[in-house]
Amino acid sequence: MKVTRRQFVKGGVAAFTVTFAAPEFLSDLARAQGAHTRNFVVLYLSGGNDALSMLVPYNDPFYYSRRPTIGVPAGQVLQIGTDSSRAALGLHPRLTGLKQIFDQGRLALIQRTGYENQSRSHFLGTDIWSTADPNNSQSLGWVGRYLDSLPSPVDPLVGWNTTATLPHVLAARTAVPAIANPAAYAFVSPNAGVEANAERNTALRIASHVPVDRPELAFVYGSAQAAMGTLDRVATVAQYTPTLTYPNTGFGQALRAVAGAMNKGIGTRVFYVTTGGFDTHSAQSVNAVNGAYYNLMATLNDGLIAFYNDLKNQGLLDDTLVLSFSEFGRRITENGSAGTDHGAASVMLAMGGKVSGGLYGTAPSLNLDPANPTLENAAGDVRFETDFRSVYARVLDNWLGTDSVRLLGGNFRKASLSFI
Amino acid sequence: MARTPDRQIEHLLRRAGFGARPDELDMYGQMSIPDAVDMLVNFEGVDDAVDTFIGKAGYVNVTTRGQFLPQANITDARQRWLFRMVHSDRPLQEKMTLFWHNHFATGYTKVAGTLGAAEGARYLAAKASEDPGKVRGQIEMLRENALGNFRDILVNIAKDAAMLVWLDGRTNTKAKPQENFAREIMELFTVGVGNYTEEDVYAGARVFTGWNMQQAGNAADGSRRQEFAYVAAQHETTAKTFSFAVYPSGSRTIGARSASDGMQDGLDLIDGLAANPNTGRYLATKLYRFFVNEFGAVNETFVNRIANVYLQSKYDMRVVMREVLLSPEFWDPSAYFARYSWPVEFVVRALKDIGWNGFSVNDALTPLSNMGQILYDPPDVAGWRPGQEWFSTSAMLSRLNFAASLASNQKFNLTTAVKTAGANRSPEALLAFISDALVAAPADASVAGELSSYLRATGAWTGADAQIQNKAAGLVHLIAGSPEYQLL
Repeated sequence: MKVTRRQFVKGGVAAFTVTFAAPEFLSDLARAQGAHTRNFVVLYLSGGNDALSMLVPYNDPFYYSRRPTIGVPAGQVLQIGTDSSRAALGLHPRLTGLKQIFDQGRLALIQRTGYENQSRSHFLGTDIWSTADPNNSQSLGWVGRYLDSLPSPVDPLVGWNTTATLPHVLAARTAVPAIANPAAYAFVSPNAGVEANAERNTALRIASHVPVDRPELAFVYGSAQAAMGTLDRVATVAQYTPTLTYPNTGFGQALRAVAGAMNKGIGTRVFYVTTGGFDTHSAQSVNAVNGAYYNLMATLNDGLIAFYNDLKNQGLLDDTLVLSFSEFGRRITENGSAGTDHGAASVMLAMGGKVSGGLYGTAPSLNLDPANPTLENAAGDVRFETDFRSVYARVLDNWLGTDSVRLLGGNFRKASLSFI
Repeated sequence: MARTPDRQIEHLLRRAGFGARPDELDMYGQMSIPDAVDMLVNFEGVDDAVDTFIGKAGYVNVTTRGQFLPQANITDARQRWLFRMVHSDRPLQEKMTLFWHNHFATGYTKVAGTLGAAEGARYLAAKASEDPGKVRGQIEMLRENALGNFRDILVNIAKDAAMLVWLDGRTNTKAKPQENFAREIMELFTVGVGNYTEEDVYAGARVFTGWNMQQAGNAADGSRRQEFAYVAAQHETTAKTFSFAVYPSGSRTIGARSASDGMQDGLDLIDGLAANPNTGRYLATKLYRFFVNEFGAVNETFVNRIANVYLQSKYDMRVVMREVLLSPEFWDPSAYFARYSWPVEFVVRALKDIGWNGFSVNDALTPLSNMGQILYDPPDVAGWRPGQEWFSTSAMLSRLNFAASLASNQKFNLTTAVKTAGANRSPEALLAFISDALVAAPADASVAGELSSYLRATGAWTGADAQIQNKAAGLVHLIAGSPEYQLL
């Protein structure tokens, strides 16, 4: 039964080599597309965002009776008017930047987004929002399916994930590079000079092989090939000088890299960014300066306003759409730990130069009456009004220029969602 | 690093351990497979002396900043665990501890954010023997119960200080039941999604009301600590009904109990969850993916059989793991290399294959983070997302770059080993020697061709030290960074 490694190497099946796509060609292609590429940035608020602390129905008495500790006082919210149900709404007081964007008409808040029988599990919930498929949450991501639908050859930099691991929303047959820090995205060798060059050339040639009949191994080859094939272009992004200083948070720095990639025109169309910590079961501390939720809002606000202004200064704002999601909203009534447990429907944000800003959908009434149609789970959670897939459909049809019915496996179009 | 590969033993040690050091290969190589499996699962028969070798010559280094304090400094705790993975003579104990860490995934960041950095490290990594308050950190508990009884592990986890912080059990009171732990014990620790309802979560939260935390010990002798306490006054005493059987009778209801007896509610629910057939299937599926085969569909025959062993043995993980490691599915040729290595598995195996003298595990910590795995800090309670999600481009690049830095660090050791074996005599000899040391999934012939060309790329072969230093390190980099080596 003993087989040596040598025999493994020599006994392997014959492979064929694909021509390695030259990055120069792709860069030219990206340049040829000019400044009017439509960029799409997916923003994931990880942990289940408590939308009722972000967008506050400050005239609803039940909001305060059900949240005696963590409710945002009416006098502190940043008022942004009333929705079509005449609910008065205000942003969390730390969202001063988002208020500016809202006032400029470039921020849309889509209320009560979710789906029937919404999962309260972080993992199943995230899978469902990522795949847009409540019945097959292990399928490819909805944005990944979009990338797979692009005509080949697909540029290995068409997507850019700013986290270390692949988010489900970008899971695709197309390998999406993960580039958390463009400056660290480099090939290292134990040697120098010609030896290092020889090594890098060998790594590049090996990575361009396609193993036959071994899809799992081929997947790793795909990652290695995408890594080797994108090094040079990513290096240009590391040279980007923004027009302002981004906050020194992971989220802020990720957005800085995204702006850099857009500015350098490296051909990327879809970006993924995230900011986490939204699973606020205890000590949610919505109102205290430097409290847990207050800081979540600070990170979100400071990153997005820097990104918005930088893009505006660079003339890229009209080419950019940011769309947020989170796996669920949170329970309406606060728990004994001054926090909130897992809930249902939530609020999605859309931001960009072509966004028709404003309030979409209607706020829930937080009345405890079990028959309250805007709530579910014995009036414990917010019930969805807009299927989240209708929001995705709008983006696919009106921004990415594809067919949402085909990519979502059904017609989720909703004409009133005219935010883009 | 010189060695003769042994296909079966290497498969066993890649899965039931973290690869094979040359001395492990020698020892296990002389055993039959059943004997080797017996030795792995009955690890108490092997001296647990690994921690006493930290800092000694001949072992991988750790980097100290003042005192080495794994019980109070999470960086040191990470170094100690990596050290154990490389040098423990109880490889399956370390492997199971990692499996449980992922299963009961508890994150240092939240525990430290709540209790402070040193306390965070303490409740995750302290050994009772080194703590003045006899605190046994969560990972030490899992290590001591690595092949223990699953029901006992659940009870320990429910009372674990880090877990009481992580899933907020410490604030679970009768006025405001806290759902976090109740949800995850069903969704992630036992029966799995689809086998419980939202109402079960609410009932479960009430079951564990009063399973809180209190301060004990005193500051003067350092024994002050947070520990589990059942607080009767915070227990919600009414009956709790579930959608599944809690008792062997089939009864789904935990009856009303007085507050003073109310802790039994939680023990009853844990017993019921441990005995639930879905728990057996859930664990068997995870064991299949982790130990046997990650590619293709889950083998239902295996899952049914192992789930049955789990139930028949009354949740004895030693009996279960023995069956797993002796199963025909484990030994099927299709299972060889049918697993994507986790970052720590990749790093530790590379150290065992390439060499560790003069390398500090501290220098693996940042690369591991870039590859997507920080020990003691999984991303969330579901643990890491194994499989293809380990292989983003930047994570793959980080693996390549770790291989480069280790090869660079080991340049001189490699050169000595190559010359001792006479493998500097030709490019083919060098390739054969390095390939035998870094056992990887079968590669296509053209890959070997590229490696051979690389060895000849920059000048005539001399076999001199300077050339071997470059080429051996370069070759180790290319092979350890190859896609084939990422499978195990």
